[in-house]
Formats: sequence, C-alpha cells, structure tokens
Amino acid sequence: MGPDVLACYTLRHADDALVLSHRLSEWISRAPELEEDVALANIALDLLGQARNLLSYAGEAEGKGRTEDDLAYLRGEREFTNLQIVEHPNEDFAVSMARQLYFSTYQLALTEGLTRSRDETLAAVAAKAVKEVAYHRDHATQWVLRLGDGTDDSHARMQAGLARMWPYVEEMFTADEVDLAAAAAGVGVDPSGLRPGWDGYVDAVLSEATLARPEPTWTAKGGRAGLHTEAMGFLLAEMQHIHRSHPGASW
Amino acid sequence: MQPSSQPAAEVGRPALPEDRPAPPKDRPAPPGETSPREDAQFAAAFQALVDAEARIEPRDWMPEAYRATLIRQIAQHAHSEIIGMQPEGNYITRAPSLRRKAILIAKVQDEAGHGLYLYSAAETLGVSRDELLDLLHSGRQRYSSIFNYPTLTWADIGAIGWLVDGAAITNQVPLSRCSYGPYARAMTRICKEESFHQRQGYEILWALAHGSGEQKAMAQDAVDRWWWPSLMMFGPPDDASPHSAQSMTWKIKRFSNDELRQKFVDMTVPQAQAMGISLPDPDLRFEESSGHWRHGEIDWSEFARVLAGDGPCNAVRMARRREAHQAGAWVREAASAYAAKHQVGVLTGSAA
Amino acid sequence: MSQGDRRSWPLWEVFVRARRGLSHNHVGSLHAPDAAMALRNARDLYTRRSEGVSIWVVPAAAITASSPQEKDSFFDPAGDKVYRHPTFYEIPDEVPHL
Repeated sequence: MGPDVLACYTLRHADDALVLSHRLSEWISRAPELEEDVALANIALDLLGQARNLLSYAGEAEGKGRTEDDLAYLRGEREFTNLQIVEHPNEDFAVSMARQLYFSTYQLALTEGLTRSRDETLAAVAAKAVKEVAYHRDHATQWVLRLGDGTDDSHARMQAGLARMWPYVEEMFTADEVDLAAAAAGVGVDPSGLRPGWDGYVDAVLSEATLARPEPTWTAKGGRAGLHTEAMGFLLAEMQHIHRSHPGASW
Repeated sequence: MQPSSQPAAEVGRPALPEDRPAPPKDRPAPPGETSPREDAQFAAAFQALVDAEARIEPRDWMPEAYRATLIRQIAQHAHSEIIGMQPEGNYITRAPSLRRKAILIAKVQDEAGHGLYLYSAAETLGVSRDELLDLLHSGRQRYSSIFNYPTLTWADIGAIGWLVDGAAITNQVPLSRCSYGPYARAMTRICKEESFHQRQGYEILWALAHGSGEQKAMAQDAVDRWWWPSLMMFGPPDDASPHSAQSMTWKIKRFSNDELRQKFVDMTVPQAQAMGISLPDPDLRFEESSGHWRHGEIDWSEFARVLAGDGPCNAVRMARRREAHQAGAWVREAASAYAAKHQVGVLTGSAA
Repeated sequence: MSQGDRRSWPLWEVFVRARRGLSHNHVGSLHAPDAAMALRNARDLYTRRSEGVSIWVVPAAAITASSPQEKDSFFDPAGDKVYRHPTFYEIPDEVPHL
C-alpha cells in the first residue's frame, strides 16, 4: 500500500467528520431546547477535532505540504470524498437524528476497527475518537427512542426521518479499491464487513422505539469518488468563502 | 452578557409551577400576610445579613422588590447569553480556519451554557424558565441591546470577543460578589469560563491587524462599529440611572455604571494601541491629573432607539429565537410523553 | 413531573464529584424530560471542561429542605459542640504534623 492510498483513505474519513460537524454546527442556536444546543455543539466539536487530526495526517501522508486548512478550504467539491449522508441538510430534528443514528452507528464500528490499525497514527486518532463516537451513538439512540415512542406526531416524523435518510445507508458499506487496499494492508477497515453489526444495532433501536425499518427506494452513491448531492456546493460555498476571499492570508 | 440597568418590564410575583422545587412551604409569608411589625423585623434582619456580606439564599425572606429586581436582572442577563449566540453563531460555518472554527463553536456553546446557569439561578426565585422564555418571546423582557447590531465581517467576531466580552467581564466580576447566592455562584462559574472569550477575540483582531491591508481595514472597520455600542453596554450615566442606588444598598450592584465604564476604557485603550488599531473617538484623551482615559460624549439617543426596537437586528434576533422555540415544541412534547410512559431511570438508579 | 402534556421538562439538581476522594457537590440545575437525559445533559453542561468523574441528578421536586425558620433549633445545638472542630484542642506548637 503506497502513501497515496494512505492519504486518500485518511482524507475520506476526515471529510466525513468535517462535513457532518458543519451540519451539526448549523443547529447551534436553533435546537429544540437549550440543553440540546449544548449537546449538539459538543458533538460538532468532537467531529471537528477528529477532522483536524485526520486532515493534518492526510496532508502529511500526501507529502505536498498541504495543511489542514489547505485541505478544508482550498479543495473543490469533486475533491471531497465524504459520504453523501453527512452532507444531507438538517431539515427537521427527526431527519437530523436519523442521520446521526445511521452514521454514528457506522462510525463507531469503523473507529473500533481502526483502533487496531497497523498505522500508529490512525490507531491513535481512532482510540481517542472511539469514546466520543460511542457517546454520539448513545445521544442519537436516546432521541430516536423518545421521538419514536413519544407522541403520535413525533412517531410519524421520526418514521419519515428514517425513510428520508435510508437511501444513504448503503453507501457507507460499499467498499472501493482504496478501502480494500487499506484493509488488505491492515491499515483500514473493509466497510462491507460492518453491515451485519450495524443492522443488529439499528434494528434493535428501531424496534424498541416502535419504529419500522424503512423500505428501500433508491440508493445514493458516488461520495467516495467525489460525486455529491446538490447540497454540497452550497455547504462548501459557505464554509470556504471567507478563507478563499483572502488568498494566502493567515487568521 | 451584561444586564446593566436598562429599563425592562417588571416581573410580578410569579406563580410557582408545580414541577419546580417544592415552594418553600416554610418560607416566611410575604409582606401583606404578616403584620407590619413582622415585616419590619424581617426587613431589618435581611439588610443586616446583606450588610454583613453574608449571602442571601433562596429560602430566606427577602423584600419583594429585591426578588423582582433580581428576577428582572438575571433573566435579562440569561436572555442576553442566548440571543448573543446568534451574531457569533453566524460565523461558525464560515470561520476562516479550522482552529478558529473550533474556538468559536466552544465559545458559542459556552454562551448556551451560561444562559442555562443563569436561568437556573433565576428559577430559585420562584419563576420557571418557561415563564422567562415567554417573557422574552413576547418582548416583555429584554436582552442586552448590543446584540441588535449585525456581525458584518469576520473581524466582528474579534471585536465582539475583545470589546463586548471585555465589557461583559468588567460587569460580571463584581457580580460574583452579589448578595444573592445563586446569582453570585453562577457568575463565578461564568467568569472562570469566559476568561478565554476576551483573549480569543483580541487574538483574532491581532492577527488581522498584522495581516494584509484588507484584513487590517476589516479589523479597523469592526472596531469602529463596535466601540460605542460596547460603551453603552454599561447602561445610562449614573445621574440618569434611578435604580442604581437601591441595587447598591442591596449589594446586587457594587460599582456604578460610570465607574465600570471608566474601568473598561482604561483597560481597553492601551490594548487598542498595542495592536495599532484606533478607537473612533476624536475626544479620547489621557487625563494626567486622574490617570484615566476620558472618552467623548456617548450618543444616548442611539441607545434609546435601539433599546426601543429600532436597531438593525432586533426583529431578526427575536424571529430566530421564536422560530427555534416553536420548531422544537414537538420534540419537547415527545420527550415528555416518553418520560411519562417509561419513567426512565426515575427511582431505579442508585447513588454511587 | 410533567405528564407528557405541553408542560415544560422538569428541573433537576446536578451534583458532581470533581475527582476521586471528594464527595459530590451541588453545581447547579438543568431541565430534562427524564433521568437518562438529565444525566447526559449534565455531562455536556457541567463537565465540558473535565470538571468531574461522576454525576448525580436528582429531581428538584424530590428534595426536602430544612426551613430557615427552624434555623435556631436545627443548627444551633451543633454550634456549641466545639469539640467537633480540631481547633478546640490545644496542642503545643512543637508537636509536628497534628
């Protein structure tokens, strides 16, 4: 496995964390209750911290001298390799919690796997992140239970939120050649192996929450190859605008 | 942030909602239900405690006006923290570096936390957070007028941290010795946590002031816009601040508006000089005889206008706040319904 | 407690053990729909700067407090039991570490 694969593999997980952090940070000052503003900000901060560690390491592995900020602010949309699920707009709290449940359940399994990576840096970043992500999954679980088994209205909204995000699930477990090369080298995790555990956990939560597993409709694909949804361009425009307006400036 | 002595709607003796701590059944009856002689005795004992620098605690007897003043001031302070999340929160998704982004999220999160500490302190006086939020949403209680100004560039985030938080800290440090225990304790915690807020603001401006020409202009522009509103945060001048004397006697307030403002100006002018940013006051001068920096005339008509609702962002801030609260109603209801069905964890856990 | 109607979430008092060897101290309160969420909110709100190793949350409504009226009979008897305080005992200055 060459440095290109390591950089590419690291970058995609950095992008997942960065983009999801962006989406969660949009909730701050708009959450259903003040305590939830604090909770969502915590999760956004955890993910941003993970993104910064991974971006710096991706830049190092790439060997072109790019910093975390170069990678976050100066890449175009096609160069971002995050999953489409993380760029999905927040919409209502149920959609956001469905996204959180799906992604954090996947991310926890992935991160647990990465703690055993042969790459010491990835293993160290994962060791720190695993505790954070366990909390994120718990947070999402608590809310899915409450919304699913709360009022009739919240049940309907949660069921709709689960269905809204369901098309983005499959992509999390679709391995490409970078995943396979990283896994073969003992550096990365083959995501397709994470699906049974994910199904088991999510099904258990949904069942306890009196919710049904959504029916498959269409399937999102392409995030790892740089193909994104229409929402991504707006997200990057907002994130990168100030930085790009002042080329070479330091902040 | 800073509540100052801005006029605000009076909060009457609120009804006690059922789900807050048992209304102290044993609290001495409020005035009107006791004989005038007992009232006088309670009042004397209360003032003696205050004079002795003891803290008044929630279940102590206190004059109704003391309670009402505290509720109004603490609530306004809490509302300011919550509304204050908006102008800075605007820049979380646009922060120009990841380091700045992380700092800004942590700071805005602190503001939510500080709002929560303060609502908790107000709740010890027999008013619920729901009631206080209703008063905010219906415009019957205010928040600091400073947040009715827009954040137009990234440099505004620096200026808010340096000037607005600087002014807030100047106000808050003495409040941590306020006579009302829960408020004083909340302020102690807040001051400790806010120590980084002003520093990060100054650091943002310092970086801009030492950056490109465009960045430097951005920093100067932000300071030009935020300087006067920051001075107004301390409230009207002492001779126009009728409530101050009573608050001083009750030791809610320790220094007058003008004293605190002077303290802030003396602290801030050298900091501006150190980074090569000028302050937009042609009359600002150092007075050798007193050792103080003297500022020019504050435009109190602007203060009154913005306070009365005619600021650039009053409507936007309130609309966002109401919208978030309304949009979250179904979530809060769902969680209550779930708790009623499941009694989650209640009486099943054990202390350890 | 709220019964699943439009009422607000109940108030909880939060106690934090700052580190091993210390008792839990009251740090403030918060609102949460139930104990499980109260614990999580308390963790996010009161220990976000690593201020604690253990948290208790107690429904504020479950607390029974002494009355300030009874202060004299409740606390004064302890006031004359000065032998409970270490300064009651006269120890010669030259005795170390006591």
